[in-house]
Amino acid sequence: MHAFEYHRPKTLDEAAAVLARAEDASPVAGGQTLLQTLRQRLAEPSDLVDLRGIPDLYGITREGDSLRIGAMVRHNEVARSREVEQAIPALAGLAGGIGDAQVRNMGTLGGSIANNDPAADYPAGLLGLGATVHTSQRTIPADEFFVDMFETALEPGEIVRSVDFPIPQRASYIKFAQPASRFALVGVMVSQGAGGVRVAVTGAGPAVFRVPDMEQALALDFSADAIRDIRVPADELNDDIHGTPEYRAHLVTVLARRAVEAALNAG
Amino acid sequence: MNVSLTVNGKAVSAEVEPRTLLVEFLRDELGLTGTHVGCDTGQCGACTVHLDGRAVKACSVLVGQADGAEVLTIEGLAGEDGSLHPMQAAFHEQHGLQCGFCTPGMVMAAIDLVRSYPGASDTTIRAQLEGNLCRCTGYENIVRAVRTGAANMEAQ
Ligand SMILES: Cc1cc2nc3c(=O)[nH]c(=O)nc-3n(C[C@H](O)[C@H](O)[C@H](O)COP(=O)(O)OP(=O)(O)OC[C@H]3O[C@@H](n4cnc5c(N)ncnc54)[C@H](O)[C@@H]3O)c2cc1C
Ligand code: FES
Ligand code: FES
Repeated sequence: MHAFEYHRPKTLDEAAAVLARAEDASPVAGGQTLLQTLRQRLAEPSDLVDLRGIPDLYGITREGDSLRIGAMVRHNEVARSREVEQAIPALAGLAGGIGDAQVRNMGTLGGSIANNDPAADYPAGLLGLGATVHTSQRTIPADEFFVDMFETALEPGEIVRSVDFPIPQRASYIKFAQPASRFALVGVMVSQGAGGVRVAVTGAGPAVFRVPDMEQALALDFSADAIRDIRVPADELNDDIHGTPEYRAHLVTVLARRAVEAALNAG
Repeated sequence: MNVSLTVNGKAVSAEVEPRTLLVEFLRDELGLTGTHVGCDTGQCGACTVHLDGRAVKACSVLVGQADGAEVLTIEGLAGEDGSLHPMQAAFHEQHGLQCGFCTPGMVMAAIDLVRSYPGASDTTIRAQLEGNLCRCTGYENIVRAVRTGAANMEAQ
């Protein structure tokens, strides 16, 4: 690993100042993705800014009909939180299915969405629940946050503070995990709530996306049968050793139907 | 930079390069070579230690991320008289190892597992040990050892 400076700021302002000042600084949250990237020298930041000591970035709180989760909250904290389990059990399940126990003990919500891996779980959670991201500078709806493969709406030096998840009437996340990496070969989040029906798909394309045809059909009839014949086009889906675009397109429909069934059973 | 942490109950303070991994610090600085490095890419779990009571992969944590924290390694488990921790004893009794390379990480992961999921079923044990690979045993005896270790820990 290359040499870098290490900063341990105690406030968000202090962290933002270092990120603005340094030549090429990168925040580090859980480090579960970043450390592998540094090790392979896919990135060589001059400075790392450890977000661990910033109290603002922690906490899970219910505020009316939404749930706020801090950027530094670890996957296992979400998975085991009573607050999350009561408000959005599908989100607790999603977090509990990320990677393995050790990764869940370190990895954070903020790190996962800032990284925006095309096969990551949280992007589907945010988009499928219609969440809102609060940063050090502004508020970004999930619909605008995930731009492309490993690309988000975050500006250089912008820090994710927390995410607000509207509490749905019912929701479910179903992932078909790639057995070695445990990332999503395809994962589908379905929710129904005040904002209507949302269907978000991760793992299948270059970045998480919604399926409007399914959303419309489910808005009229929230049942697995309503989307039986709806297929997403395979043209723009991922092709790798784990699956062809056609296979992924097939999985999207299968998993979306299972997610609808699970949401109905849970709600 | 300077880091201060508690390792196996003892306060440790050292000047380190920021790029030092927690596992390098434990093995190379402190000589605690019971924590193994299998893959060095976050996949195998051989390097599992506890950071403030939670199992983490020490090859995927910078020592700076452990500044001010409590670290527990396999060397810190046995009693002062050398008596094995109930989970270590269970791995011994149930023959939960062959070459032993994965064992320190398995034991550390298993202790966190038992505390987080009291009365865990075999299915839960297997799911929660997904981050620990073993090339020898086929896992059967490991699962049995964790079950026995859980009972031993709960009896204590
Ligand atoms: C073996 C293994 C299996 C995994 N399996 C899965 C899986 O099944 N599903 C899944 O979704 N993920 C999986 N992951 C990834 C894991 O969830 C990571 O924890 C996560 O992607 C990154 O979170 P982190 O806190 O570790 O971030 P870091 O690695 O610290 O950071 C990642 C990136 O985000 C930036 N960043 C971090 N926090 C912020 C912030 N608050 N604001 C702005 N930028 C920030 C960093 O600068 C860096 O660029 C796996 C990882 C491993 C090692
Ligand atoms: S050496 Fe750390 S996970 Fe393999
Ligand atoms: S006993 Fe040899 S790797 Fe597990």
